[in-house]
Amino acid sequence: MSGVLVIAEHRQGALREATLECLGAALALGGEATTLLLADAPDALAGEITGRTHGLKLYAHPDLAAFNPELYLPVVMDAVKALQPSLVLMPHSSQGMDLAPALAGRLGLPLVTDCTGLSWNDGALSVQRAVYGGKAMQELALKPAATVVATLQAGAYQAAPAGAAETASESVTLTELAPRHARRFLEYLAGVVEDVDIAEADILVSVGRGIGGPDNIPQAQALADALGATLSCSRPVADAGWLPKSRQVGTSGKTVRPKIYLALGISGAFQHQAGMKNSGTIIAVNSDPRAPIFQVAHYGIVADLFEVLPKLSERFGG
Amino acid sequence: MKILVLVKNVPEVAEAELEIDQGALDLEDLEMVVNEWDNYAVEEAVRITEASGGEVHLMTLGNEDDEDVLRRGLAMGAHAASHLCDEAFDGSDPATLARVIAAAVKDGGYDLILTGVQSADLGQASTGVLLAQELGLPHATMAIALEPGAGEVVVTRELENNTSEKVALPLPALVTVQSGINQPRYVSIMGIRKVRKMTIEQIEADDLGLAEESLGAAASMVDSQSLALPPMGEGAQMLEGGLDSVCDQAAAILREKGGLA
Ligand SMILES: Cc1cc2nc3c(=O)[nH]c(=O)nc-3n(C[C@H](O)[C@H](O)[C@H](O)COP(=O)(O)OP(=O)(O)OC[C@H]3O[C@@H](n4cnc5c(N)ncnc54)[C@H](O)[C@@H]3O)c2cc1C
Ligand SMILES: Nc1ncnc2c1ncn2[C@@H]1O[C@H](COP(=O)(O)O)[C@@H](O)[C@H]1O
Repeated sequence: MSGVLVIAEHRQGALREATLECLGAALALGGEATTLLLADAPDALAGEITGRTHGLKLYAHPDLAAFNPELYLPVVMDAVKALQPSLVLMPHSSQGMDLAPALAGRLGLPLVTDCTGLSWNDGALSVQRAVYGGKAMQELALKPAATVVATLQAGAYQAAPAGAAETASESVTLTELAPRHARRFLEYLAGVVEDVDIAEADILVSVGRGIGGPDNIPQAQALADALGATLSCSRPVADAGWLPKSRQVGTSGKTVRPKIYLALGISGAFQHQAGMKNSGTIIAVNSDPRAPIFQVAHYGIVADLFEVLPKLSERFGG
Repeated sequence: MKILVLVKNVPEVAEAELEIDQGALDLEDLEMVVNEWDNYAVEEAVRITEASGGEVHLMTLGNEDDEDVLRRGLAMGAHAASHLCDEAFDGSDPATLARVIAAAVKDGGYDLILTGVQSADLGQASTGVLLAQELGLPHATMAIALEPGAGEVVVTRELENNTSEKVALPLPALVTVQSGINQPRYVSIMGIRKVRKMTIEQIEADDLGLAEESLGAAASMVDSQSLALPPMGEGAQMLEGGLDSVCDQAAAILREKGGLA
């Protein structure tokens, strides 16, 4: 095979959308796509993949209900050896970050992560990725290799459309899993208890590290109050405890789609953008004219947020 | 517990104007800081040893100036530090880096190795897990809580969309640490001065018995690379004018799009 091998992702009984985006990328690259789906009951998850991949291998074992790289690795390594794909592709997710480097390391294969673009160039892989917090784009031309392991940034490719491929599926019985190490999945933990649900708000005033410290939060709250808006934030603000975790927007926080998203002192790293880029109108205030947030914002203001905050509050009677 | 923490010095880019020089970032005018994720990892390691004894060893691979990142970690309470510093390491990809670091730590007798989830500059999120493979250790990424116990560590891993999971790893193990796991202590200039006299172990390629062709750019999977700044003027419509005018425009947009009176 010279095609792409995609490792499917699912959690708590649902297939993860990022898997379909990997299939979109695989189809865009051309050639055959084969998907490995490891689960306790893979048939129940196969529906969305069928019609979007050429080959589908379903591996069933009761211990595969939750992801565990130790249980995945022997199966995936065997499949790579048998199929010899040019590319092994998976999402750059909590699962992909756990699995891809382990797979590459154990098989001695080249690894590129968090890719936003992939293409073949004379049999060698070329890769695009965002670096320096999204302020620069890196293009890598890899040395020729029989197989490359890559992870894909969420949203970089469209999901493969239904009916894009005719799927031949095959069920593979696993009698024994052969983990190298005794890593054990214990339990899922529910998200933090909410004070407010930022996903419900019509207007979000969202602050990033540029807000400087907890003492400045009231200024942002004052504008939010004047606008009848809810206060949200980027990850560093929640990490530092300046606002509760439930206010965090982004891949590891919440996805929001308010009518208006006002971003104050947020650089716009990919993980943040992923949670807010579909907002109705995005207005960004940042002192750095090159901040990546301006690439997704509809309106941009290059200014010190501490000058803008009081003036804007004033205009709404704050 | 004997804990190793990998730390990396990275350029602070959030507010800086970046310039590209011959396909690479021009570091000349950029301030170097400890990688945010590694700072959380050092704090976590120091807290574990403060609570239940043991020692924290730091390691970085970088040029001479990168020793700062070790001094800073020592000031936070780490007990020892090693600096892998050799021109032969220049241009290493994460796999090569992992191989070099593995050669330096293999007989260290560590119960736990911590790295950051990713380095802020290139965001590869690879080095830690690759190192675990080199050393034959179990691993878990994205830790937002660690509970070390007898012979194992329970790791709370952050997943997407506000969910997490708990997994147990037998020790010794490698864990990559996510931001927010703790509140790292403040490091003062005085604190760094206090550890000025601590010796930092210097390690070169020769000390590790690694062949030159297995190192640096020669061993890297990358054939060529380029770096570009995104084009200016794409994306947002920039509001121009004095501060008052800009705020008037923003207020008008808020009224219109937000249905505000
Ligand atoms: C696995 C993983 C998951 C992640 N999940 C998330 C997530 O869910 N949500 C999230 O947000 N991040 C997430 N991150 C972190 C993300 O990569 C960035 O580190 C983070 O979004 C940066 O936050 P920031 O923009 O507030 O800070 P910075 O990147 O430090 O940016 C601060 C900005 O403020 C500007 N600024 C400073 N002072 C002023 C001023 N006075 N006036 C105006 N502007 C000013 C600066 O120019 C800069 O652009 C995740 C990272 C990883 C690895
Ligand atoms: N040059 C280095 N020296 C020491 N540790 C490093 C180095 N590069 C990466 N690391 C560690 O590996 C983690 C992940 O880095 P990366 O794979 O580059 O995203 C970082 O958070 C560090 O803990």
